[in-house]
Amino acid sequence: MARPKLPRKSTTVDMTAMCDVAFLLLAFFILTTKFKPDEAVTINTPSSVASKVAPDKDVVLVSIDKDNKVYLSIEDRDKKLALAEVIKTTKGINLDKDAFASLDIIAVPFNQLAAYVALPKSDRNRVANFPGIPVDTSKGASDELIDWMSMINTAYQGQKMNLLLKGDNISTYPAFAGVLKAFKKNDFLKFQMVTNPQNVPAGTELWAENSAMTKSENSGKK
Amino acid sequence: MAEMNTSSGGHHKKGPGVKKGKKQSTRVDLTPMVDLGFLLITFFIFTTTMSQPTAFKLFLPKDAQKPEEQNKVKASGTLTILIGKDGELFYYEGELSQKGDNFKTTTFNGPDNIRDEIVHKKQEVVDHHVHNQECAKIWQQNNGDKNSCLDRDFVVIIKPTKDASYENIVKVLNEMQIDVVKRYALVDIAPIEEQLIKKTEATSVAK
Repeated sequence: MARPKLPRKSTTVDMTAMCDVAFLLLAFFILTTKFKPDEAVTINTPSSVASKVAPDKDVVLVSIDKDNKVYLSIEDRDKKLALAEVIKTTKGINLDKDAFASLDIIAVPFNQLAAYVALPKSDRNRVANFPGIPVDTSKGASDELIDWMSMINTAYQGQKMNLLLKGDNISTYPAFAGVLKAFKKNDFLKFQMVTNPQNVPAGTELWAENSAMTKSENSGKK
Repeated sequence: MAEMNTSSGGHHKKGPGVKKGKKQSTRVDLTPMVDLGFLLITFFIFTTTMSQPTAFKLFLPKDAQKPEEQNKVKASGTLTILIGKDGELFYYEGELSQKGDNFKTTTFNGPDNIRDEIVHKKQEVVDHHVHNQECAKIWQQNNGDKNSCLDRDFVVIIKPTKDASYENIVKVLNEMQIDVVKRYALVDIAPIEEQLIKKTEATSVAK
């Protein structure tokens, strides 16, 4: 008995669909990747076991760099415009508001502020050339961050803000204490320190707590 | 894998005078393109660092104007940690004795590190715990959990010296999270403690 002749089928698969998927995924990954913003100051932050991701909205960031210089940066343009107004009324410094609102980082004492704002952006962002905001009263300077924080308080008018402190590993306590003092004086009692994530060491109490929590979550799912 | 012309098998009858053009397939082999696509995906995935900075919350107490408003703590339940330069740590339990003989040195790592000391002291406070009215209030808030106030008297006081690095201060604060210390305070250093640190450093150098 002769076998019926089966038509020979091609083994090739149409790759178009797979190609589409691959490039779709590629496009997705490229578009969703957020690039690390180019920071004016490089700060190596310490690590902590805190697991909450640092907020990126309504941020008021106080940075302490490795030379204990303190900088202030505010993300929100509207708030910077409001702040320029407050500076004018309280400090009597007349600033170009638009230029002030385009500042990425404030790195000078009040007496140099007007000149600093007038500088072109590329010069401004070379923060190593600037003295920073004076905070350490032990060196005879007045703590200008206290004034900054109180003006920020006025500019924000009770609206939500995330106060962040980003300190460099090798900055020392006097700068940190000066910043804390400025926060306290203005009743900013809650703030967050930017850190790198770190795993909880095994065998510690927090580790035991966390693993108990995940266990109960898992059993709850069942 | 490559696809060859498969569509040109039949001999179609065309009208007279029509030249037979060889039909070329328009299909392209997409396999290498898919390979390239996935290669790029893997490349992007591996080169992207997923390090999102985290935020470590810190709540400051309001400065008390009058001494009677200040928080008082039981001396027996306190552990004072002093942060020196280069990750040197000093600590004492309770109050500093006149001679300063309960003033001890420790480190972040190594044997008898600060974590062991915190855990040890906490256990000691929990063991000596006496239930009282204040405690009853706390466990009422925590749905009658009597364990919730056992370490009520345990307070860690952190005193950084002016040489203490920010990293080490955060490390100590982080230690509070790791060992679940509910009450801790950042306090300025007293002159006598500074002298003690200097003395300890001098003797350790002499050795």
